[in-house]
Order: sequence, then structure tokens, then C-alpha cells
Amino acid sequence: MNAGRMAYDILSLGVPFSVALLLAALGEMFNQRAGVFNLGCEGIMAMGAYLGFLPAYLARSGSLGPWANLLGFALAAAAGVLLALLFALVTVTFRAPQGIAGIGLQMLGVGVAGTLFRHFIGGVTGVEGVAAWPVPVLSRIPLLGGILFNHNPVVYAAFLAVPASWYLLYRTPWGLRVRAVGTHPRAADTMGIHVNRVRYQALMLGGAMGGLGGAYLSLCQAKMFADDLVAGRGFIAVALVYFGRWSPWGIMGGALLFSLAQAFQLAIQVGGIRFPYEFAVMLPYALVIVVLAVARSRTLGPTALGKPFNREMRV
Amino acid sequence: MPRRFALAYAASVIALAAAGAVAVTAAVLKVIGASPWTTFAVIVTGPLQDVFGVTEILVRAVPLILVALGVAISFRSGILNIGAEGQILVGILCTTAVALRLPGLPHYALVPLSLGAGAVGGALWGGIAGVLRARFDVNEILSTVMLNYIAAQLYTFVLRGPMIDPAELMTGSGTPQSMRLARGAWLDRLVPGSRLHTGLLLALALAALVWVLLWRTTLGFRMRAAGAGSKAARYAGIHVERSLVVAMLFAGGFAGLAGGVEVLGVHHRAIEAISSGYGFAAIVVALFGGLHPAGIVPSAIFFGQLLVGADMTQRSAGVPANMVLVLQGAIILAIVSARMYLNNPYARQRAASALARLGLGRAAPAEEAGP
Repeated sequence: MNAGRMAYDILSLGVPFSVALLLAALGEMFNQRAGVFNLGCEGIMAMGAYLGFLPAYLARSGSLGPWANLLGFALAAAAGVLLALLFALVTVTFRAPQGIAGIGLQMLGVGVAGTLFRHFIGGVTGVEGVAAWPVPVLSRIPLLGGILFNHNPVVYAAFLAVPASWYLLYRTPWGLRVRAVGTHPRAADTMGIHVNRVRYQALMLGGAMGGLGGAYLSLCQAKMFADDLVAGRGFIAVALVYFGRWSPWGIMGGALLFSLAQAFQLAIQVGGIRFPYEFAVMLPYALVIVVLAVARSRTLGPTALGKPFNREMRV
Repeated sequence: MPRRFALAYAASVIALAAAGAVAVTAAVLKVIGASPWTTFAVIVTGPLQDVFGVTEILVRAVPLILVALGVAISFRSGILNIGAEGQILVGILCTTAVALRLPGLPHYALVPLSLGAGAVGGALWGGIAGVLRARFDVNEILSTVMLNYIAAQLYTFVLRGPMIDPAELMTGSGTPQSMRLARGAWLDRLVPGSRLHTGLLLALALAALVWVLLWRTTLGFRMRAAGAGSKAARYAGIHVERSLVVAMLFAGGFAGLAGGVEVLGVHHRAIEAISSGYGFAAIVVALFGGLHPAGIVPSAIFFGQLLVGADMTQRSAGVPANMVLVLQGAIILAIVSARMYLNNPYARQRAASALARLGLGRAAPAEEAGP
């Protein structure tokens, strides 16, 4: 296989691979900008992946058609919102420590998804999933067309979500409120912003996006569900938020970097290069650690990140 | 505030939290069409039917105690070690490697040597996350989770390649597992006919030692001080970064030791899926035990029963074993929520005045609460 062909394969695989991470990390960005560190993202994605898959699995006979996939995405987002509400109740209302609560939510989400999967589906089954939809005209550009414009519609939507998130965060009153409660909740409170309400809203948005990211994994990327489908992507998404310095564009760059590493690993295996499979799988996880060590969070992060807000306490 | 009221308040918060966790689990059981009542009944009574069941509970409790002790040290030192799962696997590899390499050694030398190797391996693996946090300010939750995935791949690689049982290669079945260890490396059985081994005594002794370490030594005091308030600790001259690394070395060491004990005591070889989630369950055990050795031991026995009982429900009622994860997750969320209400004087005062308004008790004296 020649190097040019391999590079093309890596790039055109890497773009769709980044979507699940991108959606979840953008959602996590809103959580963290509002001051809440949601480590339960992994559990939310697992639930999203399972519920997104379920309608398509049940409708394999075909009559539901594209509606099954749409229903799946809606269910996944709804489940994400529900789990996020639970997390908000525990960390915002009850003010529990967020790191440990996040691990609890992760176990709960992964456990429920696994239990329901074992009971209702049992074995690994494939679905047709969401088909590719080449953008007219643009997809016929040589090279670039195949890399950027020959994917399923969710890919385009996810990349459009990047500027949309930027706009929401920096150019709307709600975005300003989110940044305010994550940076200086007491000042925001004094200005009449309902800190906990904004945090609830940000968590719900993040949960919905995490759920969609999970559904993308099962419906568009793997086109099947398994217990370990998410495989730490929820945690990688959290790490990407640090890496991307809490900005949508930085997060997009990070998501692409990781998916390219993953595509590279696949290309190595397909290309028949002798390299132990296990070490290839390690690569993205090791990359996360290296990247976190290099991209040290300086003073750019939301200053109230991880701190529950309590109006009653003098600080 | 009357002491009796404070106790009643604490009891009702804990009861509410427990009810919440049970309700979430029961809802999931309902969805999959299992009877929550029967399932819980099997979990509670099933393992207690015979001596073997009781010893199995303790067999499960041994790794839970060991890992949870390490988790407690790390949490108290202000570093959240989620990486026990990976540290267990590295410990298993190191213990197995030493036990396979030196089969001729006598029992009393081989066992401590190979267990020590497991502890050192786990400690080094945990130490990576400690150094990353102390030197590069890398969030330890993320780094330990990533190290878990890396360790899992490393484990499979070693078991499929360098450490695979030659017999597996000859028969061609290729099951990824190591050779059976020499008898000299096995831990003695405590109860004949069961799988209960002397690892239990080791775990109990170490629980006492951890108490001494944390509450009766300078090192332990420094670690707890750094965990309680790093700024104040630094001002007092405590080297906070060093204490973080030391805490992770301990946490990883205990997890690695748990892996080694599991190999020498139960399986007598390294096999796939050996840990079965002890690393995550131990976090729940440690939190449930109040991050204190005296709480961790009973808490580990309780969760040991839960694990054995969950296996039984899988066999008898077809409830998937993932159900344990649901219960554990719900318990974590319940504990961290309840803890806030137990520690918040305002919440207690509000509860008292609400009761008084309902005419159910005397109004609490207006007491200055708060920091």
C-alpha cells in the first residue's frame, strides 16, 4: 500500500471517528464552563449508545426506515438529559463532591445500559445504521470531497455544532450566564442570576449532547451495540475539554487529533504492518495522558470548576 | 441542638439515601421483568445458606479490603485513585512472573517474594499517576482511568504472548492464561473444602497497619493534612506533592498486592477477567466504610455478599451480573449526597424547624450554625 493512499484513508476515517468525541466534549464544555465537572459522561454515552441502537434493532424488518434512527437519537438525548438531571440533583442541589459522584454516574449508566442490553438483546447484532449522504457537488472535489463531504449527515451536523456552540457560549445572554456562574458564581448571584438553575440547564444540554454522541457510536460508527462499545470515550471527552482549553475550536482540534490516532492504528493493522495489536489499541489512551501533561491547564479554566455553590456559606 | 434530634436526623438521612439507591435498582429490575423483592431476597439470604457460601463471601471480601485500604489512603490524601483496576492487573503480572520464575523456592520464601513483587508493580503503576499529578498537574482521575485501559491491553498482550501456558500453544486452543503455579506458591486454605485462604489474615492485619499509618505516624498525618487542605498543609511546611506521590504508591501497592493474593490464593494462575471489577467495587467499599479501616472491613464483607448474591441471582433468576454495577453506582451517588446533608448544619436546622412548624417536635433553639 502506498503512503499517499494510507494518508487519505486515515484522514477520511478520522473525520467521522471524531464525531462521538466531539459531541460529548462540546457538551462537557458547557458543563465545565458552568462550573460542574461531569465525569459521568461515560455512563451517559453508554446509555445513549444503547437507547439509540434499540429502535433500529427492533425495526430491522424495515417499515420504520429512517424514523427508527431519528427516534433512537431522540431517546438517546432524552436519556442523557435524565441522567444529567440526576447528576445535577446530586452535585448542584446536594452539593456532593463532583469527582466521586461522576464515577457513580458512570457506573450507573454503564451498568443500566449493560443490563438492559443483556436482557433485551443478548448478543452482538448489527443494524443498518445511518447511511452516508455525500454532499452534492462538494463531494466530487478530488481528495477533499472524500475526506470532508462523503459522510453520514450526523457528521456534518456535529461539525456545524462547533460554531453553534461558540455562538451560544460567547454571543448569547445564556452563554454569558453560563460563563459567569462557572467563573464567579457569587458575583453572578449578586447580579440576579440563578446560579443553580443555570448549572442545571448547562448539565442538561451537556447530557443531551453526550447521549447523542453515544447514539452516534452505535448507529453511525460501529452500527452495533456491545457492553464495552464506549470504551472510555466519555473520559477522553472530559480530557479533551482540558486539552481544548474550554473552547469549541480547541475541542474540535483535540477530537480530530484523537480520531486520527485511532484511524492510524486501524490503518496500521489493515496495512499488514507487524505491530502488536494491543499496543496499537493503547495508543489513543497513552496519547491522552501525554496531551494532558503537555497542555497544562493554566489560568484559563473556569475558576469555580468543581466547586458547589452555596448561598448560605460565607467564603 | 438536642443530641437525640441530631441522631434521628442522621438516621433518617441515611435511611432516605439507602431507600433512594434501592429504589433506582428496583426500577431497573422492574424494567427487565425481574421481581426486585425476590432478587434482593436471593442476594441477602442466598449466600448464607451454607458454609461454602459464607466462605465465598470472605473470598470476595479479601481483595475488596486490600484495594479499599489503598483507595482510602489516596482519598484521604486528596488524590482520587480510580486506577485500582489497572494496578491490580499489573500486580497479577508481577506476582505471577516471580512465582513462575522461582518455582523451586520454599513456600515461606516464595509467597512473600511474589506478593512483594505484585505490590511493587502495582505501586509503580499507581505512582505514574501520582507523579503526573504532582509534576504536571494532570487530573489523576483521568490519568488513572486511561492507565486502566492501557493496563488491560498490556495484560492481554502478556497473557497471549510472553506468559502464555505452553500447553495452550501445543493443544492449539490458545486460551490466554499463564501456566499453573507450583504448589509452593499457593496460599494455604483456612477452611478445608472451601476457597478461603490465608490472604484474609493478611488483609485484616494490613487494615490494622493502615490505621496505625494514617493516625499514629507523622507520614500519615502529613498525608491527611495535605488531603484536608493543601494550602494550609503547604504553609505548615508539608511537602504536598511528595505526599501525593507517596499516597499513590500506597494505593497502587495495595491494589497490586490484592491482585497477587487473588492469584496465589484463588486461581493459582493468571487468567483473563480475573479482577471482575474489584477496582471499581473497592471505591464503593471504601466510601461506604467511611474511608476508615474499621469501616472498610465490614463494608467489604457486605459487598462481598452482594457480589456472591448477584452471581446467584444471575444463575437462578437470570438477572444479568451488570446489575451489581447499577447498585454500586446508585450507592455511590446516595452516599455522596447523604454526606453533604450530614455535614451541613443549616440543613439540620431547617429540618428541625420544619418539624416544629408541623407541630411534631419542639422548636430547635436558635443556634448559631455554620463556619
